[in-house]
Amino acid sequence: MQWYILRRVGQSLVTLFIATIVVFVGVRALPGDAATALSAETSNPKVLQAIRQEYGLDQPVPVQYVRWLGHAIQGDLGQSPKTGISVSQTLAERLPVTLELAGLALIIALAIGLPIGILAAVRRGSVADYVASTTALVGLSVPHFWLGILFILGFAVSLQWLPASGFVPLTDPLGNLSHMAMPAVVLGIGLAAVVMRQMRSAMLESLGADFVRTARAKGMSERVVVGIHVLRNSLITVVTVVGLQLGTLISGAVITEQIFIIPGIGKLTIDSVFSRDYPSLQGVVLITATGYIVANLLVDIAYSLLNPRIRVSGGAA
Amino acid sequence: MSAAGATVRVGRRRSAGRSRFVARFRRRPLALIGLVGVVVVVVVALAAPLLAPYDPAASDYSAILQGPGSPGHLLGTDDLGRDVLSRLIVGSRASLTAGVFATLLALVVAVPIGMVAGYYRGWVDVIVSRVTDVVLSFPFLILAVGLAAILGPSLKNATIALAVGQLPMFVRITRGEVMGLREQEYVQAAVINGAPTRVVLRRHMLPNILSPLIVQSTVAIPGAIIGAAVLSFLGLGVQPPTAAWGTMLSQAQQYVSQAPWFAVFPGLAIAVTTLSFNLFGDGLRDVLDVRLAS
Repeated sequence: MQWYILRRVGQSLVTLFIATIVVFVGVRALPGDAATALSAETSNPKVLQAIRQEYGLDQPVPVQYVRWLGHAIQGDLGQSPKTGISVSQTLAERLPVTLELAGLALIIALAIGLPIGILAAVRRGSVADYVASTTALVGLSVPHFWLGILFILGFAVSLQWLPASGFVPLTDPLGNLSHMAMPAVVLGIGLAAVVMRQMRSAMLESLGADFVRTARAKGMSERVVVGIHVLRNSLITVVTVVGLQLGTLISGAVITEQIFIIPGIGKLTIDSVFSRDYPSLQGVVLITATGYIVANLLVDIAYSLLNPRIRVSGGAA
Repeated sequence: MSAAGATVRVGRRRSAGRSRFVARFRRRPLALIGLVGVVVVVVVALAAPLLAPYDPAASDYSAILQGPGSPGHLLGTDDLGRDVLSRLIVGSRASLTAGVFATLLALVVAVPIGMVAGYYRGWVDVIVSRVTDVVLSFPFLILAVGLAAILGPSLKNATIALAVGQLPMFVRITRGEVMGLREQEYVQAAVINGAPTRVVLRRHMLPNILSPLIVQSTVAIPGAIIGAAVLSFLGLGVQPPTAAWGTMLSQAQQYVSQAPWFAVFPGLAIAVTTLSFNLFGDGLRDVLDVRLAS
């Protein structure tokens, strides 16, 4: 068991290390010269030379990488050439906004997806199953950003129930929620479809398993069989799948924040691409990749704790 | 007489698999609807210049932001007085190109890599697995946005970016399937008979891993179509004035209060296209997945 966890931690560290190289090299491959950007677009060669020296841009790339990584580990991700604010500070301000959006979306997704998934599996082949499965497929097919625009059209422009865009901090809970409602629903709907489909197939698999037949043969009521045995086994699978949806949530947040003008890390990503704010871009990508790798690791460990079969085969491999 | 009967029987047996496939598919009305939708979109994209009533780039400044059903323009006109229906029809090309080519590109690159990793295992597999983990550690859209920013905004580069994002999934599937097949007796028999690795991989393994790859493709294509629309919407894909559904939506967003209908049609086009692919893909999965079928 410990061996399995250690091995997974080691793998994650290697992945993270390679990811930092990819981020570093990737940002340097972006068009435009960093020194020019830092100097507020001057073309004076002396100024550029001085900036290169000051920021170590005249050093070999591997040296630059090691220096950058050293700073990054200490939480220093540089500062934005556009605003002069440190990237870590910007991230600390924007990350909670995205986390709130993602958290609300996740709650909505589970609240919609789990009950419908259970219903569809228990009533397999019924009209309810048919309607639920088809609706889920529609939910998967409708692009978030279009749904976002339609929501703005319907609830903000026509009905004027909710503000069309913008963000209010949590210090004003009601204002915050009214601004977050539409984006969270938009982001949650796509995920709800995924949760529903996963729950349905996990339940169907459990329903056909031997332990369910045994439970039924023992004379347990259908309510206990489904409510306890099947549900618990299916939830393990679904929790894992949902844990792995973090990347989808972040991807969704990028576009949702853009449409509803929410100052999270998704909007920061797009803004920094267009304003050529490369330190910020580097910071966001690094943070999301790290978060994703850590989340994957935690999901795997949690899964191995919940499901002994993985532990055994993982340890033997 | 008897010889002819035998020939017929052999012929029948050979087509039996295919007709069972068709029969199983026919029993799924939603999958059929999906198939029809896919065919329609493909035909529209192929015949776009013939079907579009107007030149999609031609502006008519006397008819700006006309609503649907206005004279001469079934779906109205955009902010530059261009015919929305014509732009939708021609825009299908960008979406399908990105969706299909991103997936094809990912397949062409990923399948050989996955096969080699799954067949040889050892250090090759370790490297391939770590690299796919790294690519997977970047959320799809962040990766695509970053790559599109590096390569420069265009349909071609957006397609490449989407292909890179799809690589890990195809590599993983191929690798897993090949690892399983490697232990099969018929594969080992081929190896013992002295078949070169190239032949083992291409003739004995490739045909057997096609089903899961086809199923994954039907998931990947609609994903790439939405991805391409998102990149175009963000200004990192197809560049104006070229017609594309994503760019039409980003234009429409600016006129949400004046011309709400303008935002409806391009999104509907994307949704219908991806839904058709998803319905078709779901049906295909049910039909191809032997475990589910039995």
